[in-house]
Amino acid sequence: MNSVSMSNLTRGIFKENPTFVMLLGMCPTLGVSTSALNGLGMGLATAFVLIMSNIGISAVKRLIPDIVRIPSFIVIIASFVTVIEMLMQAYMPSLYQALGIYIPLIVVNCIILGRAEAFASKNSIWQSFLDAVGMGVGFTFALTTLGAIREILGNGSIFGWSFVGEEAHPMLLFIMPPGAFLALAGIIIVVNKIRGVK
Amino acid sequence: MSKKKQTILSPVITLVTISCLSAYVLGYIHEKTLEPIKAAKDKQELQAISEVVNEFDNNPFSEQMKITTKNKKHKLTMYPARKDGKLNSVAIKSYTNTGFGGRLEIMAGFNVDGSIKTFKVISSQETPGLGSKVDEPKFKEQFSGFYPAHQIMKVKQDGGEIDAVTAATISSRAVIKALERAYDAFSNFTTGNTTDE
Repeated sequence: MNSVSMSNLTRGIFKENPTFVMLLGMCPTLGVSTSALNGLGMGLATAFVLIMSNIGISAVKRLIPDIVRIPSFIVIIASFVTVIEMLMQAYMPSLYQALGIYIPLIVVNCIILGRAEAFASKNSIWQSFLDAVGMGVGFTFALTTLGAIREILGNGSIFGWSFVGEEAHPMLLFIMPPGAFLALAGIIIVVNKIRGVK
Repeated sequence: MSKKKQTILSPVITLVTISCLSAYVLGYIHEKTLEPIKAAKDKQELQAISEVVNEFDNNPFSEQMKITTKNKKHKLTMYPARKDGKLNSVAIKSYTNTGFGGRLEIMAGFNVDGSIKTFKVISSQETPGLGSKVDEPKFKEQFSGFYPAHQIMKVKQDGGEIDAVTAATISSRAVIKALERAYDAFSNFTTGNTTDE
């Protein structure tokens, strides 16, 4: 694998992490990350749609006139999401129930449209695929981390496994909406420190 | 002139083509998944029923019947569970629209003496990690052996006997509402007001 492909693949994981660095897709990030498992499930579902849509859009990019590219991308993305929703409902009903209303929300995740517009519409299928894998892994990593932190602080458990007793009172704030902002802010402070942003 | 026409036409054609293609693909997948989705739902329903009733050897799903609440406003589905031909408990699928996220559906299990056995949330849009906790044992245990006829089935804030889930009073109230509705229909049924529809 040459260096361009390599950088396309790894860029999304840390250097241009969609959540912690580019601050894209905040709605699902803040909404679903109440537990590590929810974050992981949402991250994987989004990554899957991202990969499919990047490949699809990259394949048809020459056929789509400029002025209708955004609506076309949205139709393509929405189709993939609906397909996944139906397949999940049929073959993975428990995961479907866990993610619930957040699956349709993948359509409006701006990471997916962002990558379609900024990358897939200008690059080859293979490079778009690598880019989507990198971004997908980065997003999944970010959501799982945020979910884990919120679950540990707010519920005293990790991946559903509780490590505090019945009588403990975890910081409930962290699984409520304000806690999402606080936890995310905390992570971004650390990430910015590592990146050396002043 | 012809050039201008083309610039208007080609985006329209593209978008229409993409939409038609996607509609075709969705229709195809919808048709293919219709059966598995129904099978998965039925399996889940039977699973939910068996979790809320006593041991049974009949098929409650095939014996299901419609019952109504006293004011005839709500129609619910009841699944009788029998062991050796004798009715020992029933499961009633009930719902409410007063959940924090809207509609909340439960499967409620009743013993034949009119007490609640337990319940299970089968579909809800409550906040994950907060309202979704109404489906956890800590909250549910309070209802087992509860007699809605003699005890006050309300959360403590409303003067009842039930401890609401912390930070999820609305979700707790919604579950109680759905349980009340199920009990209403159940007691209406046991007093002989069956509906034959």
